[in-house]
Amino acid sequence: MTDVRPMIEVRGARKFFGPLEVLKGIDFSVARGQIVAVIGPSGSGKSTLLRSINHLETLDGGEVWLDGVKVNQTLPRRAFEKHINSVRQQMGMVFQHFNLFPHLSVAENIAIAPMKLKGMAKVDARALALKMLDKVGLADKIDAFPARLSGGQKQRVAIARALAMQPKVMLFDEATSALDPELVDEVNLVMKQLAAEHMTMVIVTHEMRFAAEVADRVIFMADGAVVEEGKPDDLFRNPVQERTRSFLKKFLNG
Amino acid sequence: MDIALIGRIIPVFVQAAWTTVQLSLLSLVLGLAVAALIAGLRLSHLAVLRFIGTAYVSVFRGTPALLQIFLLYFGGPQIGIQLEPFAAGAIALGLNIAAYMAESIRGGVLSVDRGQMEAARSLGFGEGQSMRWIVLPQAAKLMIRPLGVNAVALVKGTALVATISVVELTYTAQRFIGSTYKPFEIFAVTAVLYMIMVYGLTLVIDRLDRAYAEEA
Ligand SMILES: Nc1ncnc2c1ncn2[C@@H]1O[C@H](COP(=O)(O)OP(=O)(O)OP(=O)(O)O)[C@@H](O)[C@H]1O
Ligand SMILES: [Mg+2]
Repeated sequence: MTDVRPMIEVRGARKFFGPLEVLKGIDFSVARGQIVAVIGPSGSGKSTLLRSINHLETLDGGEVWLDGVKVNQTLPRRAFEKHINSVRQQMGMVFQHFNLFPHLSVAENIAIAPMKLKGMAKVDARALALKMLDKVGLADKIDAFPARLSGGQKQRVAIARALAMQPKVMLFDEATSALDPELVDEVNLVMKQLAAEHMTMVIVTHEMRFAAEVADRVIFMADGAVVEEGKPDDLFRNPVQERTRSFLKKFLNG
Repeated sequence: MDIALIGRIIPVFVQAAWTTVQLSLLSLVLGLAVAALIAGLRLSHLAVLRFIGTAYVSVFRGTPALLQIFLLYFGGPQIGIQLEPFAAGAIALGLNIAAYMAESIRGGVLSVDRGQMEAARSLGFGEGQSMRWIVLPQAAKLMIRPLGVNAVALVKGTALVATISVVELTYTAQRFIGSTYKPFEIFAVTAVLYMIMVYGLTLVIDRLDRAYAEEA
């Protein structure tokens, strides 16, 4: 029997910030090894949705499942902390502004979670850091501090840091929008490489071309709802919804 | 200017300054410990704890330090707290400076970019672990300067305990004025000794600050 259980499943996700309803009941699922790109205008709730998946935002309604485990389950405080920490260890997250730890070297940035959370020995964690850095093409920066790196290098280290926990899925929130244009490709390349290795990924992005290239499925969000979703070819070339059409038009002309 | 007098009193005044140093160090250690606790309360998720922390800071910053010293030393015995002047002074000063230091510590923690905590949590670190390994090491650097300002204020503030006859520098100065009627010489010597102590302290603070700055 093949494993048809989705890797990520979001059902009826609702989120309010004060009176503002930011997610209005979102449903979607991501199969194992699938790559989903989430696009949509600014403020449509893409980041909130992504952050809800690993519970950086708490949903007001709906469910999130990771590989058959309910993420936002109701548990006593301590038990929930334990649960959520273990869930998060299985989900890598990459932020727009990298969020590397500036007081730690590149090696330590990558090694600290495996060491403190998995009890990995220091030498092993360093070897792991080197391996991950190799993957993102930065082995020579292992002893540098984040402040010495370019934006593109920082983001690649951030990806290496997330990968070091051997996550089941990777979540990207506009990983390249804080970068100078000439540094975007090096990060995209790393993401494509992950795609080739069949990493399950959810990618929030403003780069339509990249979304079209890398994603198996594209979700277009507006005003806290999924307006349309489909294969990149269909969604980009023949959008069904008027809202999608006007968004894409603005994007391509703008 | 009575140079001979200055020469005569210096050994006694250096001794008194040493008492001031001890008093400062004791209150500093107590102050830092209490400050860490209060800052923790102020940063807590629980409203009750936050309230307790805020109340502490409001009370100790909202009333004169001199009054706090009097309350403990003169008022203490009435509620069964009988303390020597030195102990009462050190404790009152420590509890007082803790209110200011708590704010310096809290400020440091809050100045660390929120994204740091989020990145740590997203890796699977718990809240306490994220604080311990990610936020606090960065906050420490940001706290050194403001805590240094608090420490300098503390050293100068020790002069207040002269009022409950702790034989520190200011008390000694007052006593000598009573017997020599040479307030200018005596206060000048006293001022110089305070300045030396404060200068020494700023050197330590600068060193700490630089040591931390080099790390990153
Ligand atoms: N912590 C918060 N408190 C209050 N409102 C928030 C908060 N975070 C987001 N919002 C609001 O929620 C809405 C959705 O925000 P979100 O960041 O999810 O949008 P987005 O699609 O990621 O936008 P962008 O493309 O600009 O990143 C916006 O109106 C935003 O102002
Ligand atoms: Mg966003």
